[in-house]
Amino acid sequence: MIAHSIFFYFFSVVAIVSAVMVTASKNTVHSVFFLILDFISISCLFIMIGAEFLGMIMLIVYVGAVAVLFLFVVMMLNVAQQKNQWFLSKSSSRHIPIGLIISAIIFFELIIVVGGWKYKPELLNKENTLIMKDVTNTHSLGQVLYTDYIHIFQISGMILLIAMIGAIVLTYRQREGVKKQSYLKQISRERSEGVEVLDVASNKGVKIDD
Amino acid sequence: MEYFFIIFQEIYKILFLLVPVLVSVAMIVWLDRRVWAFVQKRQGPNVVGPFGLLQSLADALKYIFKEIIIPASSNKVIFILAPIITMTLALIAWAVIPFGINQVLADINVGILYIFAVSSLGVYGIIMGGWASNSKYPFLGSIRSAAQMVSYEVSIGIIIINVLLCVGSLNLNDIVLAQEKMWFIIPLFPMFVIFFISSLAETNRPPFDLPEAEAELVAGYQTEYSGMMYAMFWLGEYANILLMCALGSILFLGGWLSPVDLYPLNLIPGAFWLIFKILFLFLLFALVKAIVPRYRYDQLMRLGWKIFLPFSLVYVVLTASYLFYFNLLPKI
Repeated sequence: MIAHSIFFYFFSVVAIVSAVMVTASKNTVHSVFFLILDFISISCLFIMIGAEFLGMIMLIVYVGAVAVLFLFVVMMLNVAQQKNQWFLSKSSSRHIPIGLIISAIIFFELIIVVGGWKYKPELLNKENTLIMKDVTNTHSLGQVLYTDYIHIFQISGMILLIAMIGAIVLTYRQREGVKKQSYLKQISRERSEGVEVLDVASNKGVKIDD
Repeated sequence: MEYFFIIFQEIYKILFLLVPVLVSVAMIVWLDRRVWAFVQKRQGPNVVGPFGLLQSLADALKYIFKEIIIPASSNKVIFILAPIITMTLALIAWAVIPFGINQVLADINVGILYIFAVSSLGVYGIIMGGWASNSKYPFLGSIRSAAQMVSYEVSIGIIIINVLLCVGSLNLNDIVLAQEKMWFIIPLFPMFVIFFISSLAETNRPPFDLPEAEAELVAGYQTEYSGMMYAMFWLGEYANILLMCALGSILFLGGWLSPVDLYPLNLIPGAFWLIFKILFLFLLFALVKAIVPRYRYDQLMRLGWKIFLPFSLVYVVLTASYLFYFNLLPKI
C-alpha cells in the first residue's frame, strides 16, 4: 500500500507540475513536450486505478496522435522562438478576460459534476454499474458501450466524422497548374508509343517534333 | 526486507530479458549487413571474429570511445533526451512479449495495446532529435518520419483489430493460444502482407527509409549525432525492428507454438520457436532492404492512406461478418 501511494503522489505531482509548465514555459515546443508528459502521467494514474484500457487508449490517441499533430503545427508555424509570456506583454492582455471566462465555466462544470456525486451517491455505487469482477475492464466497457449506449456512441462517432469532413472542406482549395501523376497511365505505357526508330542519313541529322 | 527481495527478483528477471535482447540486437545488425552484402555479391563484415560475428561489438566499442559532440545552437536537454527516449521505448515494450505459456515478464490484460502505445510513442525520439539539432536536414527528416509513422500506425491498428476479432482478448498469451488450431497467417494472409509492409514503414526501413535518405538528407534526424548517442539511436532502431518482428510472429505466426503439434517438435521449448520466427521475419526485412529501391514521399503517403487503410478496413468488415455469420465469434 505504501508503494501504491508513493507512485500515486509521484504521478500526480508530475501531472500538476507539467500542467503548470505548459502555460509557463517560454518556448512553445517545450510547452507541447510538457503537455505530453502531462498526458503520460495521467494515463499512469488511469492504470493505477485499474482502468488499464483507458490508460492505454489515452497513450495511443492523445500522445501517439494528437500531440504529434500539436508538435507538427507548433514546429511548422515557427513560433518556437517567440516569447510565450502573455502575462507580461500589453498587446495580448485583452485575451485574459476570455481565458478567465472559459476557465470559470470549466471550473463550475467540474463543481456540478463532483456535486452530482454528493446529491446522488448511488452514481458512485459500484453495485449498480455493470462492472463485474470476473471480466476484464476492456470487456465490461465494451459490454456497456455497445449495448446500452450504442446510439450515443454512434452519434458521437458521427459528430467526429462530420467535424473532420468540415475541417477538410474548409481548408481545401483547388490549385491551378498542379502536375499530377496518373499511375495507371505510367504503368500502361508501352514501347511502341515511347520509342521510335529512325533511319538517320549521315551528315544531315534528323528533325524531331516537340 | 521483503520489498528488497521482490525488487531484486524483478531486476534479475528484467536483466535476464534485456541482456539477451541487447546482444541479439548487436548480432542482428551483423546479420543485416551480411545478408545485404550477399545479395549484392559482396562479402560484408567478415574480419572481426569468426565470420565477422564480433563486428557489432567492435563498432559499439568504437562508438563508446568517440567524443560526443553537442552542436552549440542545439537545444541541449532535448538533444540528449532524444536518443535515450528512443532506446528506452524500444526496450520497455519487450516486457509483455511472451516466450512461453508462463514465460513473460508482465502478463497484462492489455498487452497488445501496450505494445501499440509504446511503438506510437517511438516517434517522439525522432521528432525531438530532429528538432533539437536546430539544423535543416535533421528537421526535414524528423518531420517526414513523424508523418510516415503516424500514417502507418493507423493501418497497423486496424490490422490488430482484425486479429483481435478472431481472439476476443487483448492479452498476448491468449492471442498465441487462439492460434493452436490454425495460425492466423492462413485466414488473414492479406493482413499479414500489409502488416509486414507497414512494419517496414513504422521502423523506417528501406524502401521507406525517407527520414534518413542519405542522398537528400545526409542522415536525416541522426545527422548531428555522434559517438554513443548515435549508437543509441542505432540500437533503438534495431531493437524496434526486432520488436515488430516479434509482434508479427505473435499476431500471425503463432508466437511460441510449434508449427505442428507432433512428438519431437513438442519437446523444443517455445522460446526457441519464437526466436526462430523472429529471425525468419528479420531475414525478410533484410532481403527487402537489399532488393527494393526507395519510395518517393507522395507514393509512400498514397500507399498508406489510399490503399492500406481502405483495404484493411474492408477486411475488418469481412472478418467480422464471416465470424458473425458462421457463429465463430470468440466467447468471453
